[in-house]
Amino acid sequence: MDIRIASQIARTHLLAKKRQTLVAMLGVTFGIAMFITMISFMQGVNQFLEDSALDASPHIRMYNEVNTQRPGLIEQLNPGKFNVIYHQKPKDEQSRIKNGMTIAERIERAPGVLGVSPQVATQAFYNNGPIQISGTISGVDIDRENRLYKLTTRLKSGNLNTLKTNPDGLIMGSVLAEKLNVRVGDKVTVTTPKGGIRTLRVVGTFGFGIGTVDNTKSFGNLSTVQEMLQRDPSYITDIHIKMFDPLQAIPFGKQLRAMYGYYTEDWAKANTAILAGEKIRNMLTYVVSITLLVVAGFGIYNIMNMTVINKIKDIAILKATGFEGRDIIAIFLLQAIFIGFTGGLLGLGIGFGLSYLLSITPFDAGGFISIKTFPVIFEPKYYIMGLLFGVVTTVLAGYFPSKKASQVDPVSILRG
Amino acid sequence: MSIVLSAQHLNKYFYDPDKFQVLTDVSFNVQKGEFLSIVGKSGCGKSTLLYLLSTMDTEYEGQIEMAGTKLTGRGQDFLAHFRNEHLGFVFQFHFLLPEFSALQNVMLPGLKLGKYPEKEIEERAMEKLRLIGMDTYARKPASKLSGGQQQRVAIARALINDPTIIMGDEPTGNLDRANTENVFDIFRDLASKGQTIIAVTHDPDFAAGTNRTIEMSDGLIIGNHENKIQ
Repeated sequence: MDIRIASQIARTHLLAKKRQTLVAMLGVTFGIAMFITMISFMQGVNQFLEDSALDASPHIRMYNEVNTQRPGLIEQLNPGKFNVIYHQKPKDEQSRIKNGMTIAERIERAPGVLGVSPQVATQAFYNNGPIQISGTISGVDIDRENRLYKLTTRLKSGNLNTLKTNPDGLIMGSVLAEKLNVRVGDKVTVTTPKGGIRTLRVVGTFGFGIGTVDNTKSFGNLSTVQEMLQRDPSYITDIHIKMFDPLQAIPFGKQLRAMYGYYTEDWAKANTAILAGEKIRNMLTYVVSITLLVVAGFGIYNIMNMTVINKIKDIAILKATGFEGRDIIAIFLLQAIFIGFTGGLLGLGIGFGLSYLLSITPFDAGGFISIKTFPVIFEPKYYIMGLLFGVVTTVLAGYFPSKKASQVDPVSILRG
Repeated sequence: MSIVLSAQHLNKYFYDPDKFQVLTDVSFNVQKGEFLSIVGKSGCGKSTLLYLLSTMDTEYEGQIEMAGTKLTGRGQDFLAHFRNEHLGFVFQFHFLLPEFSALQNVMLPGLKLGKYPEKEIEERAMEKLRLIGMDTYARKPASKLSGGQQQRVAIARALINDPTIIMGDEPTGNLDRANTENVFDIFRDLASKGQTIIAVTHDPDFAAGTNRTIEMSDGLIIGNHENKIQ
């Protein structure tokens, strides 16, 4: 009952000065619209960067970290004594994962694992006539690799299946291919650090949109690369793992490390810079949005304060005729809430419109990054958050003037 | 006759700019159904006394009891509710809410009390406006009414909850002769039906027509006499 009268009075006050109400509302509208646009865009950028990083890199990479540090024999026998060793050579340690294939099969059966790709990765020189470029070559089972990295969607030219039929096939990073001036069907000579030389035929090119990959990497057949390195068919240097849920990868990686004793690197560790950038962008978004909302809040605070001063006689009358302090608070707080809520809703609409416009704006990334328009994501979560922010700000901004109104001493006003 | 209002040993000070005693040991009782006027020169403390009785000013010494309830030392919310139910006010200057219509102004205290459904409150408000001759202006916004009209609406508002006591600070101050007489008759009629009226006034004719007149000077009651009613 009381709330009904309060809302009736609040409505009358708001309608009595439509322009002022509108100005106060627009403050909130602007704040929320910017919040929505910024957060949708920033999160879009984050998502895009994360996706492209995650797409091109495994969730977990297991490999044998070759430890070159080795204490000398004398050092072991005579620790802490005066030992002098010159020119100690590191031990010849292979970067092989023992029983790599078996480990890969076992991991594949674990729950939550999307795919596992055991492979041989090595440095290599690519020669085409006089041009010589260093890069890496990965010997893979192309079907397994495709399952992990959706290579089919990354192909710029050629066909994945050709690699299966042609043992000397090579799928090359698009930028690397450009630099070498080779196209599908051309031959490239690949030299491994161990001295193995082999002429391979380019059967496809791919582009992840990430320089370090597209510039240097090629995929060959697992057996071919093993042969080039003069190793046996069980020789595996890396196991790449993708999970259904990337977040699961972090504990799973630790578990694998404890289980098999090989070094594991999860995507979060491998992409620390991207994740740090994400945190900074998030921070920036929130700081700017909250600043905008605080400014809008001060606007509302000002307007509500003015309203209370203008209405001080009315407040005195209401109190004299039996309205309590909390009724007065309700009257003015309801006005603030109305301003916040409608302003906020309007802001959501405008924010959505701006985000949509941004999401269809062509963005020329030079054909290098696989993106045509600005990355924007539409997430209901942010809209709820925006509205909540708006209402909370206005309630806070409206509360203090309302409190002041409720403390008006009617006698001093009515005496004149 | 029962005592509906009792004021005992009221002392009131103003502190700004210097300590100054406005009321000195004011004590009096008002009977149910009495039409009481308080007169005195400007600055004698009669308005101050009325605001103490109105329960809006709570900074005083002494004790006030109304309708069998001790009001001294009560909280603001209790007093607000008490005012709503038991007191009706007419102020020295027409005090209506300008954005609302005359009818809404009259209805508001009734809606606040919530004793009757809204429909009935509206009917009652119309009835009060008719009583005061303002029913034709019921739908007009208060800001569009003249001073005298506003004051009459304010009187109708004071009556809406059938209060035990109606208080007026110069309730006819803005009215012409005909309307003053009309309001006066309404007050007399209400008093005869058992409501109590306390009016602060400058007008000797008005005071002469009431049941009893309290005369004040420099914060003291200097006279308290029954008026012979014609």
